Amino acid sequence: MVVSCEQVWREISNYLEEDMEPGLRTSMEEHIRRCKRCTAVLDGTRNVVQLYGDERMFEVPLGFSQRLQRRLEENMPRSRRSFLGWMVATAAAVLVAGSFELGRSSVFSHSELRSEHAQPGTGVPPDMMVVVATDGKTFHAAGCPFIHDKAHLRTIAAQEALRQGYAPCVRCMRKYLNAG
Amino acid sequence: MREEVTSPKSPAERFNEETLIRRIREGEHELFYELIRPYERRVYSAALAILRNEPDAEDTAQEAMLKAFKHIRQFRAEARFSTWLIQITVNEARMRRRKEHAHLVDPIVDHQDEEGNYTPRDFADWREIPSEILERKEIRQELAEALEALEHIYREVFVLRDMQHLSIAETAKALGISTAAVKTRLLRARLMLRDLLAPGLGGTWSSRLHFAKGTKPW
Repeated sequence: MVVSCEQVWREISNYLEEDMEPGLRTSMEEHIRRCKRCTAVLDGTRNVVQLYGDERMFEVPLGFSQRLQRRLEENMPRSRRSFLGWMVATAAAVLVAGSFELGRSSVFSHSELRSEHAQPGTGVPPDMMVVVATDGKTFHAAGCPFIHDKAHLRTIAAQEALRQGYAPCVRCMRKYLNAG
Repeated sequence: MREEVTSPKSPAERFNEETLIRRIREGEHELFYELIRPYERRVYSAALAILRNEPDAEDTAQEAMLKAFKHIRQFRAEARFSTWLIQITVNEARMRRRKEHAHLVDPIVDHQDEEGNYTPRDFADWREIPSEILERKEIRQELAEALEALEHIYREVFVLRDMQHLSIAETAKALGISTAAVKTRLLRARLMLRDLLAPGLGGTWSSRLHFAKGTKPW
């Protein structure tokens, strides 16, 4: 099957979602390999998904959690529990929320970003076989559409990838990461 | 297939959510915050995508959570709590937008030009980029401005799917549109953002976007 540039652009999103027939996928890959414009469109679109998907792209305003809790407390009927129990639960929740906010505020003021990249590998099974590109920075599950340099791939264990400084792909490794 | 879950949940966590809902229904209202805490960001982000105004988005997020509390008995266990919560938020935000822009036509119905026939306008080479560039505030600002420039029907889908990582089906449910419409809008949103950003970010990282704020190249 031969596909045109227009078909590639129309399907580029589904390609990244891995939501297409294997036959069309192969044809698209063949086209993209030979077409500079479509390579640029694919790389750029993938960058868009990757950049905006990073949790650093989105900040909840400082104090959001506390204000939300206050509003909830003001508008909720008191529970049937004892007043003491209520106070303890509220204090605990405020402490948790406070530490969250504190974490967030320090994140944005000191650039010590607690992104998924900043705590690589949390939860990734160490023996899982993953794919890395020699010049890449991230490791992926085989077949992840976010692998860029498909020509220079190696398959190694996740723990080895981590040891070599690769960070897990936030898309295909998402279920193993500590994202909120 | 890409991960199709809203947030990775172990069976224990899911069980915990069901238990929390049951206990809240039985009168332990103070547990409600614990139930919604994991979704705070997502709720605020959905409201912001629709309203584009931080104070309004925060107020709407609070209203939506209160509404969820008041109607917790109507929540059906076969649905996902997070999707139900986002649906309430989307409805609240849309109502507010309608109220505040009553003089404008609300373009919630599908646009007729949604065939997905979007032609890229720029072929600037934009190879793999290190995600560390997001630590630069001006880069985040550029991305935020490009997102704001999108029409809201594209922004809503893009924010829920690509920024808050809802599945296609959950995004469709939350916005009350078909999965086909989600896919078409997502494609256009991604391509438009690429067109907006590739000329600036594809070359040197320090260059500004090649369009002034407020003037859209399409």
